[in-house]
Amino acid sequence: MRTILIILRKEFIQISRNMTILPILFIMPFIQLILLGFAADFEVKNLNLHVIDNDQSAFSRALISKYSGSPYFNIVNSSFRDEAAMKDMKKGEADLILEIPQKFENLLINRQKSPVHLSIDAVNGVKAGLANAYSSMIIRDYNLDILKQATGRELLSPINITSRSWFNPSMNYSTFMVPGILVLLVTMVGIFLTAIIIVREKEIGTIEQLNVTPIKKYQFIIGKLMPFLLIALVELTIGLIVAKLIFHIQFQGSLLLVYSFALVYLPVVLGIGLLISTVSDTQQQAMFISWFFLMIFILMSGLFTPIESMPGWAQKITWFNPIKYFIEFMRMVLLKGSTFKDVTQHFMIMAIYAVLVNLLAVWNYKKVSS
Amino acid sequence: MNKSIDKYVVSVKDLTKKFGSFTAVDKISFDVSKGEIFGFLGANGAGKTTAIKMLIGLSKPTSGKARVAGYDVIKNPEKVKYRIGYMSQKFSLYDDLKVFENIRLYAGIYGVSKKEIKNKTDVLIKDLGMVDMKKKLVRDLPLGWKQKLAFAVSMVHNPSVVFLDEPTSGVDPITRRQFWEMIYKASEKGTTIFITTHYLDEAEYCTRASIMVDGEIKALDTPMELKNKLNVKSMQEVFVKLARG
Repeated sequence: MRTILIILRKEFIQISRNMTILPILFIMPFIQLILLGFAADFEVKNLNLHVIDNDQSAFSRALISKYSGSPYFNIVNSSFRDEAAMKDMKKGEADLILEIPQKFENLLINRQKSPVHLSIDAVNGVKAGLANAYSSMIIRDYNLDILKQATGRELLSPINITSRSWFNPSMNYSTFMVPGILVLLVTMVGIFLTAIIIVREKEIGTIEQLNVTPIKKYQFIIGKLMPFLLIALVELTIGLIVAKLIFHIQFQGSLLLVYSFALVYLPVVLGIGLLISTVSDTQQQAMFISWFFLMIFILMSGLFTPIESMPGWAQKITWFNPIKYFIEFMRMVLLKGSTFKDVTQHFMIMAIYAVLVNLLAVWNYKKVSS
Repeated sequence: MNKSIDKYVVSVKDLTKKFGSFTAVDKISFDVSKGEIFGFLGANGAGKTTAIKMLIGLSKPTSGKARVAGYDVIKNPEKVKYRIGYMSQKFSLYDDLKVFENIRLYAGIYGVSKKEIKNKTDVLIKDLGMVDMKKKLVRDLPLGWKQKLAFAVSMVHNPSVVFLDEPTSGVDPITRRQFWEMIYKASEKGTTIFITTHYLDEAEYCTRASIMVDGEIKALDTPMELKNKLNVKSMQEVFVKLARG
């Protein structure tokens, strides 16, 4: 116990003197959280529309004004030639092209089918799908208008859907994103710093001097990991304060539960960092290996793309992604007010993960080289 | 229990280390008595550091036996570690810690009591003549001072034997001299010194010296005897003769 305290004191002195680590620890995550929290928004608005109106009639203008009146579309250009429209799309200035053929009005007045042609840039499939959906709604609306004009009656849809958003009533993206981003930041700091700080001792040779002392593996490792556990908790706290004060997120669940989970989750993250340090000889190696895992963890965490829409094998890979569990946990507890009963499974999985990863790391950490 | 063995502080028999097909240390055997200054000489790559690393429990021997400070290094490496000191070729104290913090850290790890650490730190710093540098970061010390500090730290727990791997390389002649004074003082107090060096004039100061060539010990005797046997005047010549084959 005393040896652990001695190592802890050394670590804290060293961290407090390290002028490059301190800003990395506290200022960078703060900036990242604010920046990403405001920037990350999946809602598709401001789709750029190029209009080719070959009819130039009252009916065609009415359709166009439906588009221009929608918050989802901006009419950026109009022309009479396909090539001009295509050029806009290739340059990325138009997301979709609406082409209204000649006799559009004529056909409608004669009660015939009147087609319009819509081309959507589908490089980003999600965006294209939404553009299509919004467009369909506008055209449906327009159809109803015409029918009303023609029949003089208000047509009612047989089923009327009214929606209300639960848990995030204002459908605010930062409410959805910030708890997840906070998890990422805490995780990144945990994995990177743990890996690097231990490998640094290997690199400069100080670990050799420690290895000739009778210090026990677990004493060294606990002494090394504890400071980062505390630092990560401080970071989580700063993040939660930012979420509350800057993003005005209403925490529904218990913060005590969040911290309890962090205490199970962080040993997993620190253990991964430790494991990486045991297989790396240089800080550079440690960085690359950490990045490899972090990229996968982050992109497959469900923060940016829903895990449910991944293929089955990929979903299985995410079972091993600790970030996934914490993000799910945060969304459940902070936003939906889930209680311990709802997240028991998360706790159990993380606890097992923590034990396994740390056992592996300690086993792999060698005082004696063969 | 094994008196015949333990009259030696270091007792090595057929110690071997192989890395794949390369034999870094090839069946070396020797004994070192209490209070001796044992010189461990050899050209770069002769296997000195590898041999030392086996003796201090940093590297596992491929075969052979070694007892250090009364314990088998293969069976009880952690027990050996309580009773030995080590100063690496590469400076390995924490240079972002202050002088007294380094001493306090290592004394603490070796289990020196809190009260004793305070006394010990003061005595050590005074002996080293570093009173005015006590609160300096180690990083800001000149190399010679760093090396003296590293030596003092390696002996903070009164080990029965201390292994010094090229402690004086890159150090100016005056500091080197002071360093050797420290070594003699420790030896007089009964600490066994196991030292490797490149400076062959230093080999003359050793009680006995061994010369390692290509992983084997080619000669082992007092400097005087070594010179007589080969009929040369200096250890320099002894070394050149043996190392060249």
